[in-house]
Amino acid sequence: MRRLLPLLLLLGAVAEARESGFALMSPETQAMQRDDDANPAMLWVEEGRALWESAGCSGCHGDVAGMRGVAARYPAFDAAGGGPVDLAGRIAQCQEARQHRMPFARESGEALALAALVGLQSRGMPISPPEDPRLAPALARGEALYRERRGQLDLSCGQCHDENAGRRLAGSPIPEAHPTGYPLYRLEWQGMGSLQRRLRNCMTGVRSEPYAYGAPEYVAIELFLMRRAAGMALETPAVRP
Amino acid sequence: MARVLINLPRTARRGEVVEIRTLIQHVMETGYRPGADGVVAPRDIITGFTCVYNNEEVFAAELAPAIAANPFLSFSLVAAESGILAFTWTGDNGFEQTETRSLTVT
Repeated sequence: MRRLLPLLLLLGAVAEARESGFALMSPETQAMQRDDDANPAMLWVEEGRALWESAGCSGCHGDVAGMRGVAARYPAFDAAGGGPVDLAGRIAQCQEARQHRMPFARESGEALALAALVGLQSRGMPISPPEDPRLAPALARGEALYRERRGQLDLSCGQCHDENAGRRLAGSPIPEAHPTGYPLYRLEWQGMGSLQRRLRNCMTGVRSEPYAYGAPEYVAIELFLMRRAAGMALETPAVRP
Repeated sequence: MARVLINLPRTARRGEVVEIRTLIQHVMETGYRPGADGVVAPRDIITGFTCVYNNEEVFAAELAPAIAANPFLSFSLVAAESGILAFTWTGDNGFEQTETRSLTVT
């Protein structure tokens, strides 16, 4: 039995269910996310629907319902860039390379609206990152960044989100950091934001210098986090406190 | 034009109480927040909301700076007769937006 115990503990740790940040929210905030008429993120989705036509996306892609499953597969390998590209990056790339226009700026209302609309098409589907061996270096980079201590507080992502998930930090529950619902509406922001905005929040929180929007470091971290969350249901567009 | 979501049933029985829920995209800038440069952003909020049902005001609300961005309002009314519901939001800087929805009473 004494020999079996560590093995049982290990199995228990592996079988431990992963939990979306949704489970840690108050019933009121959960209700807000569940109800599309109360979820403020749906305002951005509506804007995205208008942009889908006016910005010319429908010219090639047709009805947006055809984008079902797309958001669950990102970040994906981009042959042109030779590395991973996230969904927002892919949309910007499409605008620049195929439409020959200035892409919407990262984190602008338009960019978030289109990403939310495309994300919504995959709501409820399991996160299924591509098994592409060319992504391996970026994946390793993402994991290294996740484990790297940073900032004046000398904390890594994992020290909060793995070792102390479920406990509280200044009264707020620490989630397991599964990016299941981005872009999402955050009550604290009083608006919509991407995963990169959230990552910047944590980076400045530990008093480290955040990377600029669109930096490959963010995409590498997202790649690692999505792999870590593989199989969990996509919630886009989510609501968070 | 701000994006608006309005949820109400298309049809209702006479005398039925129907719930109406509205959501409008608005920054609701309080007028107290300094920006990164230290300059306080001027107030920009929605100050009033009315719902007019067949030319009769059935619901009105006054909104204040402490109300969150993208305000959500929910209220109910008695479905008396078929007609048009007009929802109007008014606010700072001449903000005014009206949306209409029809309700069929059987």
